[in-house]
Amino acid sequence: MAKLVAILATTHHPFYFKTSQLPPEEAPPFAAPWVSAVEAYRETLTRARPDVLVMVGSDHFHQLWLDNMPQFLIGKAPYYDGNWENEMREFGLPKLFFKGHEELSAYMLREGIDKGFDLAFSNELRVDHSVTCPIFTVRPQNDLPIVPIYTNIFAPPLPRPERFVQLGKTIREIIDAWPSDLRVAVIGTGHLSLELGGPRQFGPHGPDPEFDARAVRWIADGDIDGCLSSVTLDSLHAPGNATHGFMDFMLMMGIAGHTRADYADNLDLFHTMEAYFTWYPDPSLIDGPPLTSKGALL
Amino acid sequence: MSKYLVNKFLFTIDRDHELTERYREDPAGTVAWWEAEEANRLLNCIDAEKSTWLSFTDAERTALTTHDHVALFEMGAHPFLTLTLWIAMFERDFDEPLGMQLDYAAKLAHLGLPYPDIAT
Repeated sequence: MAKLVAILATTHHPFYFKTSQLPPEEAPPFAAPWVSAVEAYRETLTRARPDVLVMVGSDHFHQLWLDNMPQFLIGKAPYYDGNWENEMREFGLPKLFFKGHEELSAYMLREGIDKGFDLAFSNELRVDHSVTCPIFTVRPQNDLPIVPIYTNIFAPPLPRPERFVQLGKTIREIIDAWPSDLRVAVIGTGHLSLELGGPRQFGPHGPDPEFDARAVRWIADGDIDGCLSSVTLDSLHAPGNATHGFMDFMLMMGIAGHTRADYADNLDLFHTMEAYFTWYPDPSLIDGPPLTSKGALL
Repeated sequence: MSKYLVNKFLFTIDRDHELTERYREDPAGTVAWWEAEEANRLLNCIDAEKSTWLSFTDAERTALTTHDHVALFEMGAHPFLTLTLWIAMFERDFDEPLGMQLDYAAKLAHLGLPYPDIAT
């Protein structure tokens, strides 16, 4: 069976790439600690030595549109292009090119449908920054095949938080049962409290630091029950109008199970809290000495 | 109310550099052209398959032709679409980093929770 070697759940911040490329004399004060936090986090994936990456993200009205909107979609293609013209324009993100892993895509679609998720699929998908941002942060050499999974956290009606957790549990079952010798890592990105296009956007912190503090504890502690008892589709409006992206973190918690993270870090940035979590489902699969740091939250 | 059509306008203008510039320079002309020629285009289909029933309300047309992002927010236009397009059109007019985004937010400051429903 395949080996699920690492589960990474992180925020995605489209300005990281541009910020990390600035020469020191032009970089803002927050750049250096941000780059340091990301480089420490990258090590948690590197040491897992994955062969293939399952990437969980959410299209931001790039390819998926209101005339035909799936709730959950898996890419099944031999290749994927990445990033869109308006992401180059707004964030300075370069276009990327990925290899796909069609065998795993096909397996996940078949098994997922049979396990109760009527998954949509795409044979030609240009992934956006929800998938490319973690490549820039944790796998900048972009040398591994991917299976992209998109969730709808964006265009109501949305699936409820419980459904995201359940899909995560199902993805875990599917990967654990995949008849393959490959080492699989799952990387999912979402948000903590976030406001975009509303009165609370781009403040000195995320729009709801109290929610963020609770959220990072739920994730770090693997507290799925505490999280589900506190979060509903309606309640997620209060911390910020784009906070439904937190449900992608809940999906990742579903994959990890009721387990403390092995690495948990966060960084208070100018308008969001950035957060970085890694689980190693089977520590015996991880080589080398222990991590230098388990992150600021553990 | 046609939140869907307002969103479709924002979506199709934002993803096309030429249309973004045209909407910045000539909002009334661009909205009139778009409503006449593009509003009913079924994306990914030939002209013969155009829809037959989509049009703006007067309030929507006015909000779009006056670049009124506050009115668009109040109508329930998708805030991500509006913000992204506004950044493309107007960030260049501000000197400070995030100056445009903070000005955009300040103009919405009178609005509290719950925000207008964005479901389409």
